[in-house]
Amino acid sequence: MAELTMVEALNKALHEAFSADDRVVLLGEDVAQTGGVFRVTAGLLKEYGGERVIDTPLSEAGIVGTAVGLSLYGLLPVVEIQFDGFVYPAFEQIVVHVARYGWRTNGECPANMVIRIPFGGGVRAPELHSDSPEALFAHSPGLKVVCPTTPSDARAMLLAAITHPDPVIFMEPKRIYRAGRQEVSDALPFDLGSTNGDASSLLSTARLAREGNDLVIFAYGATVPLSVEAAEKLKTDKGTSLRVVDLRSLYPLDVDAITSHASACGRALVVHEAPRTAGIGAEVSSLIHERVMLDLEAPVGRVTGFDVPFPQFANEDDYLPSVERIARGAEKVLSF
Amino acid sequence: MSTQEPLRIIGDGGELPDHPVPDGLGEKELLELYRWLVILRTFDERAVMLQRQGRVGTYPLYWGEEGTTAGALFACEDADWIFPSYRQCSVGILRGLPVATVLGWVRGYGGPAGFYNPRDYRLGPICVPIATHLPHATGVAWAAKIRGERTASLAWFGEGATSEGDFHEGLNFASVFRTATVFFCTNNQWAISTPVTRQMATRTVAEKAAAYGIPGIRIDGFDPLACYKAAKEALDRGREGGGPTLIEAFTYRIKAHGTADDPSLYRDETETQKWAQLEPVGRMASFLRRLEILDDDKNDELKAEAKEMVAEGVRGLESVEQPGPEVMFDYVYASDNPWTFTEGLEEVNSVARKPEAAPPQPPSPPSAGDVEIQPGSGAPGVEEA
Ligand SMILES: Cc1ncc(C[n+]2csc(CCOP(=O)(O)OP(=O)(O)O)c2C)c(N)n1
Ligand SMILES: [Mg+2]
Repeated sequence: MAELTMVEALNKALHEAFSADDRVVLLGEDVAQTGGVFRVTAGLLKEYGGERVIDTPLSEAGIVGTAVGLSLYGLLPVVEIQFDGFVYPAFEQIVVHVARYGWRTNGECPANMVIRIPFGGGVRAPELHSDSPEALFAHSPGLKVVCPTTPSDARAMLLAAITHPDPVIFMEPKRIYRAGRQEVSDALPFDLGSTNGDASSLLSTARLAREGNDLVIFAYGATVPLSVEAAEKLKTDKGTSLRVVDLRSLYPLDVDAITSHASACGRALVVHEAPRTAGIGAEVSSLIHERVMLDLEAPVGRVTGFDVPFPQFANEDDYLPSVERIARGAEKVLSF
Repeated sequence: MSTQEPLRIIGDGGELPDHPVPDGLGEKELLELYRWLVILRTFDERAVMLQRQGRVGTYPLYWGEEGTTAGALFACEDADWIFPSYRQCSVGILRGLPVATVLGWVRGYGGPAGFYNPRDYRLGPICVPIATHLPHATGVAWAAKIRGERTASLAWFGEGATSEGDFHEGLNFASVFRTATVFFCTNNQWAISTPVTRQMATRTVAEKAAAYGIPGIRIDGFDPLACYKAAKEALDRGREGGGPTLIEAFTYRIKAHGTADDPSLYRDETETQKWAQLEPVGRMASFLRRLEILDDDKNDELKAEAKEMVAEGVRGLESVEQPGPEVMFDYVYASDNPWTFTEGLEEVNSVARKPEAAPPQPPSPPSAGDVEIQPGSGAPGVEEA
């Protein structure tokens, strides 16, 4: 048992996956020699060698496209996209091939790979280092899209993603990469040899992050701890009791959890960094209204990024959902 | 087509001979080109200091690559369009772009405090996503051709960029439509931690030109005059209908990839010291001294001028107010803003604004590359590209 940051927990999962299955390979820009710009892949090259831990040429389409071939031949590629905004050159490969290979091969050859994408703002980085492109992938049938928020989830979900038969877009909230530590057990979260229920449930279920009854906030990634903070603030300031649910899976959404929490609280708010229009929040809100409208006491609210390019970093705090904005969003729903 | 031995003009004052000064460069021009080199060098060193002080964000230093930028630009006519990557972020100041605007960009300012109108300077926006500006350079020269004008274009990019699809697409269109485009590759042998041998199996970048049926020229990227000569010939050829050229300026990335990068993690820095001997500013100065065009007084004068120019830019930067939240919504659309912006702005204005974020800290322990997040902090870590 050790207290790990998310970076360390992801690193642990990669070491575990590499040692459990020699079909696992890693490719990306600057991932081998230096262990990645965020150090998520540190130590793998030394331990598993350059045939499995690969610094590629600078080409996202090349990385993802060749990973399709690697997977077709039976390997299990884990791909790192250096930053969110650099996944776009690979977009064609992801949408027209990675997402469709299973369908196109009668289920025989899904392109089972994991595409890891550090995403989101709050790190004062230049243009295209802070995007939240997850909805693009949730909108591309054939992909699973997940996002862990805690170190222990990060480790378990990455292992689950690697053993999962479908391609998984694995969104890593870089702002909280090193934000806190959590005990991560040395015991494996499930038997890596079998694609059992435990593993797939890690990729399809939401997690209760905070108890509460007056309103439920649905969030993922770096906005989960902010939502918890907003809930604490409203507890102190107004005595209200807010529940926070960490969605974890963005496609498919955990419809049972979403509807039952919304029904139980009667009021709901969705929070994310990505632009609002056609974002994950729209889908969550729609599910709630479609299925449990009669349990609601107010329409579902949203606190999100704006429908603009992620701003240059001096203005990122204006863009990003803050504790204050989340609290206000919650109050608006509460006072409806 | 491609020469393996890089073209060089400036010798080392010893065994390596100087070659004749390229046509069109008299005393005045040589000094002017040297002045540009001094300006770029001064900007670079000051920007690194500003980053260390937390007054700007991540900064992609270019110390040692000034010759590739100034030499190639010196070959351009005023009407020609240039397309920088982040590594040439300051080139605009040689075309009249305020120093404060470039520094504003590095400080993370959007709107007029950090962005500019490309048409004012025939200068593409500073391009962060690798290689994606190459087709734009092709498009501009193509448009000029369609309009029957002699305008050419030039784009800078690294050897890492040659691995991206946009490199191929930019060169292929340019060669098929015979646009007057110069693809100026600064092969500094590193893409963050990735060596050039991991980008390509060809021995040179220049030989890739054969695949497009265009000239490929290999030059010494530490030699500003070689950069000038190759670019000038390529631009002239393009203007005469001779199509595009691929230039490989063979050089070395002397410094870190960016201010958060620690190259000792992935390369032998004693090797770097050898390359540093070749740096272009000192080399050009020695050359001009051999020609008796430059003396200490003139050199001091140029340095003092450059220092003042950059200092004025820094004062300009400090006098600009950080853009307000409305800057996020400005200029996203040329037509009327959608209703979503009105609501967004209302929401943003309804909450108290945080003061300008705390200055970025100096780089934390070992890092490589673009952004280093401070261990233990969830908040804006730092840095950078
Ligand atoms: C499409 C894209 N992918 C990845 C990156 C991250 N990145 C920034 S610079 C860089 C290396 C670039 O190397 P090179 O093209 O040789 O240019 P240099 O930095 O050496 O000037 C990488 C991978 C990026 N900016 N854009
Ligand atoms: Mg390079």
